[in-house]
Amino acid sequence: MPIFPETVSPRSPRVVAAAAFMLLLAAVPLVSNTIGESYHVTLVTRILVFGLAAVSLNLVLGYGGLVSFGHALYLGIGAYSVGILSFHGVTNGWIHLGVAVGLSALVSFLTGLVCMRTSGVAFIMITLAFAQMFYFLGVSLKQYGGDDGLSIPRRSDFSPLFSIQDNTGLYYFAFAVVAVTLYLSWRFVHARFGRLLLGTKSNLRRMRALGFPVLRYQVAAYVISGCICGVAGVLLANFTNFASPAYMYWTVSGDLIVMVILGGIATILGPLVGAAVYVILETVLSAYTQHWMVILGPVIVLIALISNRGLYGLLLARDAQGSESDAP
Amino acid sequence: MTWNLLVTQALNGLQYGVVLFLLAAGLTLVLGVMNFVNLAHGSFYMLGAYIAAAVFARTNSFLAAGAAAVLGTLVIGALVERTALRTFYARGHLDQVLATFGLILFFNELVRILWGASPVYMRPPDAFSGIVELLGFAYPSYRGLVIAVGLLVGAGLYLLIHHTRIGMLIRAGASNAQMVSVLGVNIRFVNTLLFGLGAAMAGLAGLMAGPIFSVQPGMGDNVLIAVIVVIVIGGIGSVRGAFYGALIVGVVDTVGRIYLPFVLRQVAERTVADAAGPALASMLIYLFMAVVLALRPQGLFPARR
Repeated sequence: MPIFPETVSPRSPRVVAAAAFMLLLAAVPLVSNTIGESYHVTLVTRILVFGLAAVSLNLVLGYGGLVSFGHALYLGIGAYSVGILSFHGVTNGWIHLGVAVGLSALVSFLTGLVCMRTSGVAFIMITLAFAQMFYFLGVSLKQYGGDDGLSIPRRSDFSPLFSIQDNTGLYYFAFAVVAVTLYLSWRFVHARFGRLLLGTKSNLRRMRALGFPVLRYQVAAYVISGCICGVAGVLLANFTNFASPAYMYWTVSGDLIVMVILGGIATILGPLVGAAVYVILETVLSAYTQHWMVILGPVIVLIALISNRGLYGLLLARDAQGSESDAP
Repeated sequence: MTWNLLVTQALNGLQYGVVLFLLAAGLTLVLGVMNFVNLAHGSFYMLGAYIAAAVFARTNSFLAAGAAAVLGTLVIGALVERTALRTFYARGHLDQVLATFGLILFFNELVRILWGASPVYMRPPDAFSGIVELLGFAYPSYRGLVIAVGLLVGAGLYLLIHHTRIGMLIRAGASNAQMVSVLGVNIRFVNTLLFGLGAAMAGLAGLMAGPIFSVQPGMGDNVLIAVIVVIVIGGIGSVRGAFYGALIVGVVDTVGRIYLPFVLRQVAERTVADAAGPALASMLIYLFMAVVLALRPQGLFPARR
């Protein structure tokens, strides 16, 4: 198993596939504006936003073995940061991002400390319960729309550097954030921190016996993951011009897990691939029938049953140097 | 804020707690014995309520509705276990969560196809539609019935688990399933039976909750989260913990929603209290859970192994 990224040949199938995938994403607005189908830009923006959230979830779920069923919470924190600040007249995007990341860090640190006191099933249940707690908090915020949510008249203002007021601008902003996050998570996974985290996933007791302050690393990973997901929430609010408690509903957390598993758990690019397939599947099914969930449900059961490596993971398995955690 | 209101709210809390217990007992048994996380447990609750409402509307007999709900969810639970979920016992929790998440989406949509998206009305049985006087307090008799049935089922479950042969097998399966199977017990059958029993108790809870809460798609989801809080507070795998946890959560949630805004008005300004009161009240059981976890990660009444 190659431990260092340098051992991956630039011509190996996974590098080629990953580069092709990213190039394809970069070209979407160009192509779709040329053929006049602006719908594709919004569809792929949606993929990028949920892909970013799935990538953040994968950091703890895939590499840390911490099954968080409450990551929608941070989508909500990000979205409400934009919504509530805009409501009070603060439109500066950098402030939105700063508040979203700061709040996500605070909440993930506090809930993380409590959640890490347990493991396994209890961890799943507690993350779920905490996310639902904030969902009910959002519902009871009557001055910010309560159940109905809060509409955002104008997207976050990043002038004079760039603008995300038009859909293409928002797309490239989301694309840039996703690309940077993918690169950073690649570095993260291959750094000492990432290796330690993988170690806690495979044998927590041994890592503890070796003298590593395991709790500190797990909480740190959880906070990093929460912050990235908070940024995804900022993007989501700008994408829909809306902040709603529904973003924090537990089915959204479930969707994110499906994306990670579908694309390939503990791979860098997998969650993004999973998000793409899942969002497209949702779109196709919902165009086909109003009751598309009755088909999607059994499909998810099948995904759980057969795909233990995910779509992108299958590609890695075919790779001659195949190892599941060192994908670009 | 009269004494009378406090007693009524405490009884409402007890009644909610009893419904939570019916759900939590099945979930925690399946979790403790099969080590299986069944998020779709709330779907059985929903199906129980829908079956009961449909049968009650046709036959006008609450007993028939009850029998249909309990037997119906028992059969559906056993079928789902046999066809879809059994393979996941040997898998990790992540796959189990994913599979049962898919089942929830399926059942919610199935109910929406069969009965529509709008809530179905279900009235209490005629014999229990009035008010009962108890030591000078007036209380709706149907809610009293719910409390009585819940406590009876709780007592029955205790007898079943601790004083019958099948209960002995269930307890044995929880401590060492492989050994029980080697001793010639059909452990797979015991598992299916236990899963069906849990589903039937969820169906019973749905039946009892039908006339009190609204019967609608997704009604099992929110109650499932409350049940999860119950299990975490009580201790995973412990039926005793589920019982006390359910009563605590039921009473804290119900009484907190009524009294917290009043208490806040005493200490804060009215506008602040009105804004923060409902928000804090809805977060109360989760904050309580966080405190319990911080002090006792294994829960208040952990299972004795």
